[in-house]
Amino acid sequence: MTFWVVQTLNGISFGMLLFLLSAGLSLIYGLMKILNLTHGSFYLLGGYIGLVVVHATGSFVLAVIAGGVAIAVLGVVMERFFLRRFHLQELPQALLTFGFLFIFSDLATVIWGSNPQTMPKPAMFSTSIQIGGLYYPSYRLFIIAFGLVIAALLWWLQDGTRVGAMVRASVDDEEVARGLGINVSLLFTMVFALGAFLAALGGVMGGPIVGVYPGADFEVLLLGFAVVIVGGLGSLKGALIGGLLVGLLDNFGKVFFPELALFTIFAPMALILAVRPAGLFGRE
Amino acid sequence: MSTRARNDLGPADDLGPANDLGHEKDLGLQRMTAWRSVAVVSLAGILVLLALPYVLSSYYLGLVIEMMILALFAMSLDLLIGYAGMASLGHAAYFGIAAYATGLTALRLGWDAWLAMPAALLAAALTATLFGLLALRTRGSYFLMITLALSQVAWGIAFGWRTLTGGDDGLPDVPRPHLGLPWSLADSTPFYYFVFVLVALGTLVLVRIVASPFGYALRGIRESETRMLALGYNVWRYKLVAFVLAATIAGLAGCLYAYYNRFVSPDYLHVTRSAEVLLMVILGGAGTMIGPAVGAALIVLLQNIVSTYTERWLIVLGVVYVLVALFAPSGLVGFVRDLRARNLRARKKARP
Repeated sequence: MTFWVVQTLNGISFGMLLFLLSAGLSLIYGLMKILNLTHGSFYLLGGYIGLVVVHATGSFVLAVIAGGVAIAVLGVVMERFFLRRFHLQELPQALLTFGFLFIFSDLATVIWGSNPQTMPKPAMFSTSIQIGGLYYPSYRLFIIAFGLVIAALLWWLQDGTRVGAMVRASVDDEEVARGLGINVSLLFTMVFALGAFLAALGGVMGGPIVGVYPGADFEVLLLGFAVVIVGGLGSLKGALIGGLLVGLLDNFGKVFFPELALFTIFAPMALILAVRPAGLFGRE
Repeated sequence: MSTRARNDLGPADDLGPANDLGHEKDLGLQRMTAWRSVAVVSLAGILVLLALPYVLSSYYLGLVIEMMILALFAMSLDLLIGYAGMASLGHAAYFGIAAYATGLTALRLGWDAWLAMPAALLAAALTATLFGLLALRTRGSYFLMITLALSQVAWGIAFGWRTLTGGDDGLPDVPRPHLGLPWSLADSTPFYYFVFVLVALGTLVLVRIVASPFGYALRGIRESETRMLALGYNVWRYKLVAFVLAATIAGLAGCLYAYYNRFVSPDYLHVTRSAEVLLMVILGGAGTMIGPAVGAALIVLLQNIVSTYTERWLIVLGVVYVLVALFAPSGLVGFVRDLRARNLRARKKARP
């Protein structure tokens, strides 16, 4: 019993990190139809910047903010100066985002070396707490709560604010939205920056439990794809449900079939794809 | 969805330089001279390739072997991207699976190339059928993601299933084929000709496919699936066949690469390799057969030059991706075509 509770909580907390990552992937795709292959790099670079800040200041909160903001700025630069030129052109977008993925991946190895690093947990959540008869690390519970708060904020942003309404209008019909005087160009940059910010948050928050290591960029990109394929590109709900599902599958897969861990994610993914090609909550 | 992502790099296959000339007489003449120049250039190319072992040292001969193999790999992907309009980001899966099949059957079962190569091609084709059945339920960005994800699963198996594949140590000491020939293929010159013949065969198959009614149907699908559906084509079946054919040719390239390096590792099917072959196709020019071959040769050459100066190949490669996307999105072939079109226009203006 304890085993199941602990592993389920582990899966959910990892799923929340995947939600942070995939929400951005999904939002960016939903608005501007860009499949951002650099998204995994945002996660990894966010983690590394967080590490630097933690070591310099000792403050986890500062690390989260610095990592998120720095990567958001990076996102703005990428969107404004590069991706913008290739609106709705799949192949040049793929080339560009692949290019940045390679550049960032290699640069990270040059700067931070090839050894895995772990981020210290914030002091407040460094202990385990007792729930019923079992002890569970409070940091993972914090991640779950944090993920839920972010999800709620994103929902409010999307459905309850003027900016969200403008984004939804642009998703539905970009040209008409422009005609109505909505600054779609600015929205693109803002959403891209938000997506990058969320991925970097995932990277910093994940630091204490999964570590920061070379190759994580490719790994989480793949998991992020699995999430949006399962949940449906462009859907927040899809990113949350998909994230939790993939997080649980990944965790139990690693526990039960360590050699075939990827199978436990991709076999169900294939199944969902066979029934619903656009994912659980995607629009055809 | 009101706006659909359009593949702007697609329609580059009409090599005829006379696109914007209205006169039929000019057009016919132009096309004839174009054909003649294509024939002359390819014949000259074949002769040069055949003569190379007498000119080059074995080191540079190895480089040319690598160029030829990766050129075949790039051309096979171009069948999907340039002709059928299906941008696969996981093409290395079939290259790598065939390489593993070659290595495993040779090392564990002692099979010579007569058996190992067909088995390897079959392995690539079967995997592609399975992956294709899944991936072809989607299009556009989903197709990109699915092909990439499936290829990473293949990579994960090669990396994780240590008892079979040796994990990240790979499969060392893959023997070269014997084939009962009087020359040992362990020597670079006979092996060069072996690769040359098979790459030429693979290229011939691809060129025939592209020029066949099937190839034209693929172009039609690239331009408009709905129109082809309305014309009564079974679009899905055409796409699956193209997907499997491209994977089989990629498998042939992977097989040769395993023999060339005498080594197979999970890197053969990593997403980096899929991305690299995509770059070769686009750098050269999607939708032509010569373009991706030239792209492959250039990337191999560049890698070779860069690796003598620095270990940071990935950064250099990344910069090349960005530069190609920014400055040559329709590839070198597109660049040359624009140049020729401009020349023609200038000449037309000169003599009224």
